[in-house]
Amino acid sequence: MTVLEVTGLRVTYAPDVRAVRGVDFALGPGEVLGVVGESGSGKTALALAVMGLLPPDAQVAGSVRLRDEELLGRSDADLSRIRGKDLTMVFQDPLSALTPVYPVGDQIAETIQIHAGATRAAARARAVELLDLVGIPAAARRARAYPHEFSGGMRQRVMIAMAIANDPVAIVADEPTTALDMTIQAQVLEVLRVAKEATGAAIVLITHDLGVVAGFADRVMVMYAGRAVETGPVEEMYRRPRMPYTIGLMQSLPRIDGAVWTPAGGDPWRGGRMAPIESASPTASAAGSTGCSFRPRCPVAVLGCADGEPEPAVVGPSGHTAACVNTAATADPSDGLRPEEVVQDTALAVPLPEDPCNVEKPADPVPVRSYRNERPVVLYVDDLVRHHQLYRGRFFRRRAGTVHAVDGVGFDVRVGETLALVGESGCGKTTALMEILRLARPQRGRVAVLGQDTAELRSAGRKALRRDVQVVFQDPFTSLDPRMRVADILAEPLVTHGVPAFQIGGRVRELLELVGLEPGHAGRYPQGLSGGQRQRVGIARALALEPQLLLLDEPVAALDVSVQAGVMDLLEELRARIGLAYLFVSHDLAVVRRIAHRVAVMYLGRIVEIGAVDEVYDAPAHPYTRALLDAVPLPDPFLERRRLRTPLQGELPDPAAPPAGCRFRPRCPRYAGLTGDEGRLCDERDPEPQPIMTAMDRHVACHHPLAHPGADQ
Amino acid sequence: MAAFLLRRLVNYTALVVLAASLAYLLAAAALKPRANFEDRAPRPPEAVVEAQLTRLNLNDRTPLADRYRTWAGGVLHGDFGRTWQGEPVTAELWRRLGVSLRLLLAGAVLGSAFGILLGAYAAIARGRAADRLITVGSSLLLAVPVFVLAVLLQIVAGKANDATGLRVFEWVGESTPGASDGPFGPLGGLGDRFRHLLLPTVTIALAQFALYSRYQRSMMLDVLQADFVRTARAKGLRRRAALLRHGLRTALIPMTTYFAYTFGLLLLGGVFTEKAFGRHGVGEWLVDSISRGDVNVVAAVNCLAACGVLLAGLVSDVLYGVLDPRVRTGAAV
Amino acid sequence: MTADVVTCATEHDSRGGPGQGPDEEFAWRSGTLLGRAIRTAARARCVARSRRAVAGLILLVLLFVLAFVGPLVSPWGWDDTDFAAFRQGPSVHHWMGTTQSGRDVFALTLRGMQKSLLIGLFVAVVSTGLAAAVGTAAGFAGGWLDRTLMWGVDLLLVLPSFLVIAVLAPQTAGTWPTLVPLLAAFLWMITARVVRAMTISLREREYVLAARFLGVRAPRVIVRHILPQLASLLVVDASVNVSVAILAESGLSALGLGVRPPDVSLGSLIADGQSGATAYPWPFGFAAGLLVLIVLAVNLLGDGLRDVLDPASGPRWTGGET
Repeated sequence: MTVLEVTGLRVTYAPDVRAVRGVDFALGPGEVLGVVGESGSGKTALALAVMGLLPPDAQVAGSVRLRDEELLGRSDADLSRIRGKDLTMVFQDPLSALTPVYPVGDQIAETIQIHAGATRAAARARAVELLDLVGIPAAARRARAYPHEFSGGMRQRVMIAMAIANDPVAIVADEPTTALDMTIQAQVLEVLRVAKEATGAAIVLITHDLGVVAGFADRVMVMYAGRAVETGPVEEMYRRPRMPYTIGLMQSLPRIDGAVWTPAGGDPWRGGRMAPIESASPTASAAGSTGCSFRPRCPVAVLGCADGEPEPAVVGPSGHTAACVNTAATADPSDGLRPEEVVQDTALAVPLPEDPCNVEKPADPVPVRSYRNERPVVLYVDDLVRHHQLYRGRFFRRRAGTVHAVDGVGFDVRVGETLALVGESGCGKTTALMEILRLARPQRGRVAVLGQDTAELRSAGRKALRRDVQVVFQDPFTSLDPRMRVADILAEPLVTHGVPAFQIGGRVRELLELVGLEPGHAGRYPQGLSGGQRQRVGIARALALEPQLLLLDEPVAALDVSVQAGVMDLLEELRARIGLAYLFVSHDLAVVRRIAHRVAVMYLGRIVEIGAVDEVYDAPAHPYTRALLDAVPLPDPFLERRRLRTPLQGELPDPAAPPAGCRFRPRCPRYAGLTGDEGRLCDERDPEPQPIMTAMDRHVACHHPLAHPGADQ
Repeated sequence: MAAFLLRRLVNYTALVVLAASLAYLLAAAALKPRANFEDRAPRPPEAVVEAQLTRLNLNDRTPLADRYRTWAGGVLHGDFGRTWQGEPVTAELWRRLGVSLRLLLAGAVLGSAFGILLGAYAAIARGRAADRLITVGSSLLLAVPVFVLAVLLQIVAGKANDATGLRVFEWVGESTPGASDGPFGPLGGLGDRFRHLLLPTVTIALAQFALYSRYQRSMMLDVLQADFVRTARAKGLRRRAALLRHGLRTALIPMTTYFAYTFGLLLLGGVFTEKAFGRHGVGEWLVDSISRGDVNVVAAVNCLAACGVLLAGLVSDVLYGVLDPRVRTGAAV
Repeated sequence: MTADVVTCATEHDSRGGPGQGPDEEFAWRSGTLLGRAIRTAARARCVARSRRAVAGLILLVLLFVLAFVGPLVSPWGWDDTDFAAFRQGPSVHHWMGTTQSGRDVFALTLRGMQKSLLIGLFVAVVSTGLAAAVGTAAGFAGGWLDRTLMWGVDLLLVLPSFLVIAVLAPQTAGTWPTLVPLLAAFLWMITARVVRAMTISLREREYVLAARFLGVRAPRVIVRHILPQLASLLVVDASVNVSVAILAESGLSALGLGVRPPDVSLGSLIADGQSGATAYPWPFGFAAGLLVLIVLAVNLLGDGLRDVLDPASGPRWTGGET
């Protein structure tokens, strides 16, 4: 039986933006469809079209049927009877999606009152039940609280409670966990699972995260430039994807287990890659040209690809379809196709855009494998402290406590290595980075860059040292001045540090080449560049003065997966070629595994564990590290569904009032299983980082570290 | 919230004291009441002028600091000194305040209420004829100063009176003498007062309407696209209900700040309206006193206006707290 | 507030931003002067997309021409008296009639217009400049400088500005230029607060941080990275201040507190004409009509500029609902 059926759906926005260009799917009761796509692929337009919530200037064609009733073309009044009852939605950003002026209980009760005609009191009582169901503690009291009094994860639970209030038939969830931290994401996904079981509703889960889909969805649909390019059962899709775009996504995805994804039957392209240079907007560009919209980036494109948009064709069991002309190139060789035929096809292909990251990697000038302590220290941080005064109130700010943003952090970074600071939001990783960047006396502790203590620097010395310490920011859309051309942006550091004017032009060209951009980009404004290109400009600006240490604040977090890979390759190549040292701040454990040599896990302003990446990931010693790793979904349905894990309970405590003793104690899964005496240690004493004997330069701040292979425990 | 308001009140009081003192010093230094006495015919003897000025604390030969001290001492006891004719300022101030309030209140309330409603409506009906009408109307009204608007209304009303042959519109003064003695008795008097109030009220209401409707329209446009309105529709509310229940309620919050800002403009409009319609209110008094160099009156009206502006600020704070739970519960926003 | 002075809303939608067109590319390569000229032209093209801005601009130019060219062709000076014509309607001799003392309404009105236009222009420039200077300084420096400046702003906001001007104006305003600093002194505070708030948020913008971490000094950061972001706000604000200043001056003069006889302003002409306006509307009608027209033109231009420069705020006519 089909509950929700979408056929030939097309969405066109006002002038000529074709956001969705033909999508079909059908969902049975309790079935979960994962819709995966990068930004601009039309996923959100699809969700809004199904809900009938598109802006009035959008045109929709095709068919959306809920329990065999057509929804498209109905009046607002008609749809209002279905929306919120049979068909509901969970939005991405739970802060802006809840009305700020009403208590959450009332907002849930409103949904019930509209459809069930219940009395106010009954609706409120039911709202409390629902809040309890989605795991909000003290639901009766919290129902009277306003959205701003909830954390992001709790707000998303409220959204889910609202969505299941009237036992819906289908739920559309648009990036429900994107704005959340890893451990909270795991909790919310669990709530969504509970909600699904409680209502038996079909779920359309829209996300950019292949890991989330792997663990949660039954079927997967990959979208590119407004089209469903590949659809199939989840296991089949991850094992034998056939559309080159899907394969490219799988390849570029960093994984926490450090494994390299290979489809069943081996690497189809023998090391070839999807072109990482993304067009500014695949939707807009596809509108003008004919043929497959993925063609410009496709490594196996053939002449036939230009002949029109390929229709989805069945390529595997259980309705596995792919919209690709050259599925022969991606077929499993064991299915009978000879690889030689594929090579011939590729030879006919249109010339590929040159991939700057595919150059053969030069040998490391500084062998990382040499003993760490023989290499010189670039950055030395000891007992760094940064406390902010916390103010509350809108008009009249009053002090409401002290946030211990960074509370005694110490590490060192040596030549040619990458240290990653990892943790959830609010753990103090970015504050630590900014504190180092100030190059001034810290509130407590010591920061030394290239052997110079920042507390002793004078103004001129600080400016001179800035040449050696540079930064790359997270968001490529806000880190470049929108009013300056790329050439001016790259010239600014040179001018500031007195590089003679006649050398600047040449140096700008050099920098552009270094980061894989073309000389023509120098005349562009940032808004004329794509996200990946902008981030390359940001990196070029940081490299302009030939620094020795680069601080990177989530440099790939704002980029799509396929673009991420290109930027990470670039960073890796630069580090090896120029001998840079990186301090890399990130919340993404998979990215860290791929790029860093050493990792420091932060929790509430402290480093709880530090060591070599492989050692820490393979055998975490701190319960928090373990929980963090457990929370990251693996983009592999088979492994993901068989992982044993203990999801972390609760949320980050108020950083203005950290718990006494060990800060992780209230959420620690290990603490619960300790005997009274062992537990008392955690209650009373704040653990100091202890070296782990079996490993080089590895420390953990835990009284009862997890058993460790080779450790004497 | 209460503690917050209290601190706010203390801060405001300090500002009022400072503003009032500055205004007095400015007026006392800039205005020259002596001229009024000396220009009288026959010109009074020097000693008489001197004595009278000193008695009224208006003598520019007394050091400014001394005059200020005398004035401030009086104000602390609720005495704003005397006019240059020797009348007590305080009593006249209260009387005229009543006149002004009767004039302003209805217009202000009507104008802002209609402004908010029609502004919100224009945003919802964006691009349609109603929206265009409201937007063009408020743009036009914004370009017409109150003193022109008042005269235009008078001209129109005069023509209407002439055309109908009835004196439907009356606008000079607060009432026609002897109206209560007519056939309807006191009721007729009340009706007559309303009749006199009509044109000034419309003047003020139109000016307020122009300001509020424009601002509310733009606030509402922001909310139209808000995620929570979309959520409300996803719950099953129709577009209109979602916009009213969730959108308008939220779009009202910034209006409280705007209220404090436009209050000054309202007072200003009041001054011109009083002049145009011959009402003997505070505004008219102020203008006349500035021309006469009547320092104590100017200082007193300044003081009153400062209090008014700050009171409006306080009211807007309270409204803000009432409308926005984020302020009420004191979270870091 | 990420609108670009060179970027305009419509252009952004259709082409995905400037800097991609061949002319811009060329402009950048071929020297600054030509480049600047082409960029200015591009900006002008943006402004031209807003019909309201164009209408306001044309109207304003026509009014300027009327105010400054008109007196050259008029047979009467503003201070001439025609003893043969009192309270006459428009005629060949007196294009807008005469006043009861026999002065030519056309010449008087234009004299008033000149004053209104110049005062509006100067006051706007001075007050917006002041607001930009105080706001960015307070916002960027923070600390005690910020607190002091903002406290001063609060105080000036509490002082009933119109009353203070009214008290001071008659003492100084023998000639109209003295009104300019007086009016400007009370018009900058709210803008200064907005500028300060925006500076504070811009200060934390990553590209500003990047410049600071490169070692660029504070004044240069303000001039290069912060002021350009505020440019659209300041342009729009200046246009608002033009109309506020014009209305304030005419209001003062209407109350007899601004420009004093024998000199005239639109405000004093309106005040003089209003008593007999029903029977003899000419002096009142022309002065009031032109005053409204000036303010309307400025507001149109301002709203149009807002649409073009800062599509994120203010009234919008185009674009879809989402």
